[in-house]
Amino acid sequence: MTVHELEVSVRKEGGGAVVALAGELNASAAEALDAAYAEAIAGGAGHVVLDFERADYINSTGIALIVGLLAQARAQALEVRARGLSDHYREIFEITRLSDFMTIEGKEHA
Amino acid sequence: MAALTKPFRRRLRRQDREAANAAAQPAPAAAAAPEQAPVEIAPNDPLLAYFQGASEAVDIDALELDSPALRELKAAGVRLAVPLVSQGELIGVLNLGPRLSEQDYSSDDRKLLDNLAAQAAPALRVGQLVREQEAEAVTRQRFESELEVARLIQQNFLPKELPEMPGWQVAAYYRPAREVGGDFYDVIPLPDGRVGFVVGDVTDKGVPAALVMSATRSLLRASAQRLIEPGEVLGRVNDQLCPDMPKAMFVTCLYGVLDRDSGLLRFANAGHDVPYVKTAHGVDELRARGMPLGLMPGMEYEEKEATLAPGDSVLLHSDGIVESHDPERDMFGFPRLRDTVARASSEESLIDRVLTELAAFTGPDAAQEDDITMVTLQRSAGADVAGAQNGRVLAELSLSSEPGNEREAIDEVERAVADLGLPRPRLERLKTAVGEATMNAMEHGNEYRPDRPVLIRVLHSRDRLSVRVTDRGEARELERPESPDLEAKLDGRQKPRGWGLFLIEKMVDEAHERSEEDGHTLELVLRLEGDGHDGP
Repeated sequence: MTVHELEVSVRKEGGGAVVALAGELNASAAEALDAAYAEAIAGGAGHVVLDFERADYINSTGIALIVGLLAQARAQALEVRARGLSDHYREIFEITRLSDFMTIEGKEHA
Repeated sequence: MAALTKPFRRRLRRQDREAANAAAQPAPAAAAAPEQAPVEIAPNDPLLAYFQGASEAVDIDALELDSPALRELKAAGVRLAVPLVSQGELIGVLNLGPRLSEQDYSSDDRKLLDNLAAQAAPALRVGQLVREQEAEAVTRQRFESELEVARLIQQNFLPKELPEMPGWQVAAYYRPAREVGGDFYDVIPLPDGRVGFVVGDVTDKGVPAALVMSATRSLLRASAQRLIEPGEVLGRVNDQLCPDMPKAMFVTCLYGVLDRDSGLLRFANAGHDVPYVKTAHGVDELRARGMPLGLMPGMEYEEKEATLAPGDSVLLHSDGIVESHDPERDMFGFPRLRDTVARASSEESLIDRVLTELAAFTGPDAAQEDDITMVTLQRSAGADVAGAQNGRVLAELSLSSEPGNEREAIDEVERAVADLGLPRPRLERLKTAVGEATMNAMEHGNEYRPDRPVLIRVLHSRDRLSVRVTDRGEARELERPESPDLEAKLDGRQKPRGWGLFLIEKMVDEAHERSEEDGHTLELVLRLEGDGHDGP
């Protein structure tokens, strides 16, 4: 089975940057996610929105990547938000308590 | 003058002729005559019939026959031949040279010789018989000790005991023919509650067959542990057997793998007699195509499956049963065996039933013609707790351990449970748990080695859905690090990773692990009661 690379795009939105994730968020997504985050803060964003609308698969390694990103952002006192999470992944963000450390935007904001 | 005493009755020794000649000479003793090759009367030589029918001494000079033996006798100077006939069969001839007095043999001489022949023939016959029997006894002894070796090899490679299988009765029967054939059977415990069953037959008998049987059995055992699909197992064993197989030998073999929880029996057949399965509805044959082992490499073996419900039983057997004969030389045959299976009651052992029928058919005094082998497998009727809990198999798949393959596991499981109508959130959680369990198996159990498969089985019963994920890792305690603490992870006191098992346990109602000899299984269970009503 082929591993689908995560496709990442970064765009500005208000005072922040939106990092849109499409595809699978797994171990192979590390580089793409790092690069996107670097691009987002390089533009001087006040906060980062991770848009999961088109991320159809997030596994435990993907969660670990988000944790790593969140740790980085915390060190830089940067707010991270999550958008476009399905009910299932919203539940997972709650179970893992990721939702305690990032704002989960409701569907109406997506 | 001497009679021949070789085991071959129609042989005339030249020594006899020498003795006869010696009698004609004045001086030297017969004992000094050199050993010479015997004069043989060929079976089609007319002299044989003539001697056999002669009632008295025969004048060789006067005899005119187109006979090589007669020419030889004449050339050797034999005058008178006195046939020794016992029970109508020529067993020797007294050959006499010319009379010492240079007179012809008188009628008294002839009478004397005829009387002597009448006395000597039976005595000679007895002597010949004794020698024949002694020779036969030596041959038989050698043969018996070879049989003993064959028997030892054979019995050494049959299972000493059968595995305990809760909810199942397994029985085996093996009775070698006097001249041990090449039958064998085996019951192989496999990881994850599966059991392999083998019944086979090597062409030929005796020690060669026993050796090929032991090789086949060892190869089967080894492949059964490594490969899951019965057809692949037979294919592998065939490829390994082919290069070393003695000419004109081959092995027929049925190999089946039973999942003892679900009753699913998957099987492949290398040209062996077709097993019967007795169900509530009648008797079915477990047919699958395949060539016998050891004939040609690269063979493919069709794979079939059957599900054994509580109360069902299977008979695996060798051709010793159907090829048994009755006193009129009729064969027992497949239809009769099938009928026997059909009529067997569930209270009585299928093996006993077949043996009773067979004994009635062959009669009490019949010698057993070939090895008789049976393995039966019966699923307990009635309260079969384990079976009822685990129910039927919805899917079974094997994945190589390569990054990303957990997605395939997720998709397959989703397809397998599609008809169960799980509420969407339950299904999503199951999918995540399956993905994590598969990744865990590929990474920690199989170290992402593509040659080590992960086996996934989906079982469904009335109130339970279970997904078992088995890897080939060594028996181990699953790594269970400290419970992930996000704050610690964000502070760098814990690694960002380590979410897999935590997620699995949150996603399903039960998660069980078990380590067996050569596999580690993580079982994910969703309890189904209440689903569709109050599922979250």
